[in-house]
Amino acid sequence: MNAPAGSLLTAEGLRKAYGPTVALDGADFSIHPGEVVAVMGPSGSGKSTLLHCLAGIVPPDAGSIMYAGRELATMNDAERSALRRSEFGFVFQFGQLVPELTCVENVALPLRLNGTSRKEAERTALDWMGRLEVDDLAGKRPGEVSGGQGQRVAVARALVTGPRVLFADEPTGALDSLNGERVMELLTDAARSTNAAVVLVTHEARVAAYSDREIVVRDGKSRDMERAV
Amino acid sequence: MSIGHTLLGLLESGPRHGYDLKRAFDEKFGHDRPLHYGQVYSTMSRLLKNGLVEVDGIEAGGGPERKRYAITDAGITDVEHWLATPEKPAEYLQSTLYTKVVLALLTHRDAGDILDSQRSEHLRSMRILTDRKRHGDLADQLICDHALFHLEADLRWLELTAARLDKLRAVVAK
Amino acid sequence: MNAGTGHRPRERNRAWGTSRDLAMGVRFAFAGGREGWFRAAMTAVGVGLGVALLLLTTAIPNALAVRHERDVARADYTYVFGHPLKAGEKTFVIADIDTPYRGDDIRGRMVQREGAKAPVPPGLTTYPAPGEMAVSPALKRLLDSPDGALLRARLPYRITATIAESGLTGSQELAYYAGSADLADHIHPPDVARIDHFGSPRSPDAESDPVLMLLVLVVFVVLLMPVAVFVAAAVRFGGERRDRRLAALRLVGADGRMVRRIAAGEAMAGALLGLVLGGGFFLIGRQLMGSVEAFGISVFPSYLNPSPALALLVAVLVPAAAVLVTMFTLRGVVIEPLGVVRTAKPARRRLWWRLLLPVAGLAALYPMVGQGRNGGGFNQYLVTGGVLLLLVGITALLPWVVERVVGRLGQGAVAWQLAVRRLQLSSGTAARMVNGIAVAVAGAIALQMVFAGVEADYTKPTGNDLDRAQMSVQVPNGVPVSKVARAMTATKGVRKVVSIADGEAGDRAEDPQRTATVSVGDCASLREIAALPSCHDGDAFVVKGSDSDSETTKLLTAGKKHGRTLYLDPAYSGDDDGPASRWTVPAKLKQAQSREDPTGYKRGGFLLTPGALPAGASTAVQGVVYLSIDSAVPDVHEYVINTAVRIDPLMLAGTLTARELNSKFASIRTGLLVGAAAVLALIGASLLVGQLEQLRERKKLLSVLVAFGTRRRTLSLSVLWQTAIPIGLGLLLAGVVGLALGSVLLKMVGSTVRVDWLGVLAMTGFGAAVVLAVTLLSLPPLLRLMRPDGLRTE
Repeated sequence: MNAPAGSLLTAEGLRKAYGPTVALDGADFSIHPGEVVAVMGPSGSGKSTLLHCLAGIVPPDAGSIMYAGRELATMNDAERSALRRSEFGFVFQFGQLVPELTCVENVALPLRLNGTSRKEAERTALDWMGRLEVDDLAGKRPGEVSGGQGQRVAVARALVTGPRVLFADEPTGALDSLNGERVMELLTDAARSTNAAVVLVTHEARVAAYSDREIVVRDGKSRDMERAV
Repeated sequence: MSIGHTLLGLLESGPRHGYDLKRAFDEKFGHDRPLHYGQVYSTMSRLLKNGLVEVDGIEAGGGPERKRYAITDAGITDVEHWLATPEKPAEYLQSTLYTKVVLALLTHRDAGDILDSQRSEHLRSMRILTDRKRHGDLADQLICDHALFHLEADLRWLELTAARLDKLRAVVAK
Repeated sequence: MNAGTGHRPRERNRAWGTSRDLAMGVRFAFAGGREGWFRAAMTAVGVGLGVALLLLTTAIPNALAVRHERDVARADYTYVFGHPLKAGEKTFVIADIDTPYRGDDIRGRMVQREGAKAPVPPGLTTYPAPGEMAVSPALKRLLDSPDGALLRARLPYRITATIAESGLTGSQELAYYAGSADLADHIHPPDVARIDHFGSPRSPDAESDPVLMLLVLVVFVVLLMPVAVFVAAAVRFGGERRDRRLAALRLVGADGRMVRRIAAGEAMAGALLGLVLGGGFFLIGRQLMGSVEAFGISVFPSYLNPSPALALLVAVLVPAAAVLVTMFTLRGVVIEPLGVVRTAKPARRRLWWRLLLPVAGLAALYPMVGQGRNGGGFNQYLVTGGVLLLLVGITALLPWVVERVVGRLGQGAVAWQLAVRRLQLSSGTAARMVNGIAVAVAGAIALQMVFAGVEADYTKPTGNDLDRAQMSVQVPNGVPVSKVARAMTATKGVRKVVSIADGEAGDRAEDPQRTATVSVGDCASLREIAALPSCHDGDAFVVKGSDSDSETTKLLTAGKKHGRTLYLDPAYSGDDDGPASRWTVPAKLKQAQSREDPTGYKRGGFLLTPGALPAGASTAVQGVVYLSIDSAVPDVHEYVINTAVRIDPLMLAGTLTARELNSKFASIRTGLLVGAAAVLALIGASLLVGQLEQLRERKKLLSVLVAFGTRRRTLSLSVLWQTAIPIGLGLLLAGVVGLALGSVLLKMVGSTVRVDWLGVLAMTGFGAAVVLAVTLLSLPPLLRLMRPDGLRTE
């Protein structure tokens, strides 16, 4: 399979095993700038592993991952970390905000990791918090805000560096439907406004409905539903 | 639910008498509504006319129910096409989907594919509803939500069925 | 909770409930799969180590006592009142020929039995025959090993026996008894003497010096305090997890009291298991201590028996303390069914009662200022209490200090920010982790200071000038100095040899009234002890500028009356020395200016070149040879000693040192060092456990941060800061309290207060090294936890 024209992030033939457990067994993927792609599939099918490989968090055992003309699979850990810091953003289900830092410090964290000064970073962070309607929580600690608010803070943190790809792993998994939808709306709006691609791992159809298309992962193999039809 | 496609699918595993067909249908899909002989008879003559089945032989003693039918190549293609085409999302879809899944298992096709394409079809509808909801007023939102929750219920059932395919395969193979 | 208990009488019901809750706690301590076992094991190991250390410490006085007894029993006390012994039925001759070998001291004795009833040295069954020797097991191992080759040359005797335990003070002691046939001809007390019994005539418990007593007391308190702090920390391992479990119990209906009882049961289970482990560790440690040697001290395992009363006290106190500490930690915690509520923002820590502790400690010690050496003893209880209060004061003050300082720390790099924020949120936990180290370092600093201050009183400056000579050889009677000098010159690694023979010149041959030193040596050697105008063989000098000058001048004027005749090595009545040799003072006496010899001694009297010494007078002087050696030559000391022993087994070659330490004082000091090292290592272990536990709890967060592209360096640094900041504060506080305690103690013993900055630096450095070690050791698990596996939920 050749990388589709204009694709930002393309993977083919990904294989990954954790010990005897095969998580990915020849999975393919591609996403365009500004596109929201849902990764669906039953639990244990390898969705999260696919996301981790695509994001350069874990190196695949085999296969190739091309991001903007660069091969991720052969990068070393430091290069992949640098890529994640500058080009990618992340939202997880829970346990992601640093409990000791205030919300605005949490949002500013990725910028500061990139070497931005504290003042500058926190100004940008506050700006993003405003876009996700949580700027009034700036001085609070994560333990003092609700789940939905915390998740929006996390989205703000994921977008604060202006990433080209946003990886979201069950971003609404711990929220009720109202909060979950609000987070999804804000997330997709914000991503579209910056033309960021979103890789959205979810098992919920109503969350996946915020995507442009979906990919199904079953038994470590991927199935691109658009191309299959 | 298409009785014609279902009977065709049942014939794929081998030629059968009309009476056998009715019995197999009732056993696997009839549940509370058994098929009438007349229905089988009329359906089979329509399929014969369209060239999807052929008469394999007639047993002594006469009577329409003693005819043995076999599926033709055109018939197999027709079943194939029917299974691969996702159903338009609608209420009370499950009997059709269930029939498709069971037939796929009976004819050793990949039932997971049916589920995947159906999910894709559902999601297509859900995307449209979600989009309308985001740009509409509160009334739109409430109406769309209702539809979305129904579609989601279908999909959840689909996921559950997918998770239980192995069990179902064992039951169907009996 | 239990319907069946509703009908029972109230009292019985309560008692039953208590024991049931405790039992449930015990069960919980080990339930919870691998995680639970790990936590219980960590607690038990922590408590066990503490218990073992306590038991060992309580056993040390006993061990020292046994050591002391053994040492007294084998003493060959050569000073005899009245007339020297004559050879008899019970007498034997013994020579002290201790020898150093590569930094170890070897206790050597040469013995010659004279009478059939002469007592056999302790640990031996019979006297070794001439040319044979009995050795300690450790010495035998050394001699048999390749390392002992040089020593073998020094001790060329055949090994025929092993010294039994009763004749040794430690398992690793190097000792031997060599047999001799002609020792009686060399009697020269105190090195070679005729005696008739072993054992010191003096009572073993001589009046102890109050200052030394004080030091011993303080050392014990200072060493045991951190152990107590450590045990308290060990009981808290896994505290957060436990709180969550207790919350779950509340959810199913346990009330607050039951939960506390269950927690007590859990703590007790860990402590009891720790007690068992501690017993095991103690036995292992005892055996280990029997096979190692620290700072020249080793003991036999059998010495290390704690007194039963103390052991029982430990067995009761440790579980009790565990339960008390648990109750104390739960004090500020409300365990609700849906989680643990720390009485939010537990009212800013107050300073006044925290300050009260050290102030009370100072108040207890202060009245004893100046009671030191002259003012009689110290009140042991006040000393112990005061030191305890001061040190406990650290554990009370530290949380306050950490809270205040961390609350004011500003922004910085990401690693710093992460660490500071974490500390701000849980400054108490951080302070608790460091308490042990702070207490240990404070105590050690105080002691170090006291030692440095008191050292002057217990250390005699030797006056040795190590630039001129590094070794000296005392030449025994009857051995010509020149022979030794020649042999030494030929010895490998010897650069320069100065040989002087000293004798005495008197105005009469017997019982002289005036005497002066006579030193004989070649010109080069004489220049080492005096500035000579010119020198040729045959010259004689009179020395000016010495402290003992007056006698010489008088002797000279007196000598003129008798035809300038003096007598070398004059005899004294009662001595059975040979006759003195006559020496006519030459008419041409040159003047020489005295200078310090390599040992710092300024000679007066006369200097003679060999040619000026009357014939036959060579036995009238006793030689000493100073050696300048090339310390770059390995084993140069051993070559020199071997050369000396080859000429005469009784010839002593020693290394010159700048100072001579009182040996009793030295052993306290080494005890402190060993103890401080052990305690700090132990606390380091507990720090590591705490650190690892905290890291494990944050596994998911770490993975998320890594997903964000956080550099490993950033997270590692933040872990380092997180330990380094509270430890830095702890060390600072420890420094202040340590210096205060040290000053008070110094004032108490009446020494001038002088801060031993090098000691302070060394001790804080020791503490800092522990931090660094802990951080380094927690890095591999940290890096492992930072792998993205933590993100996997399924």
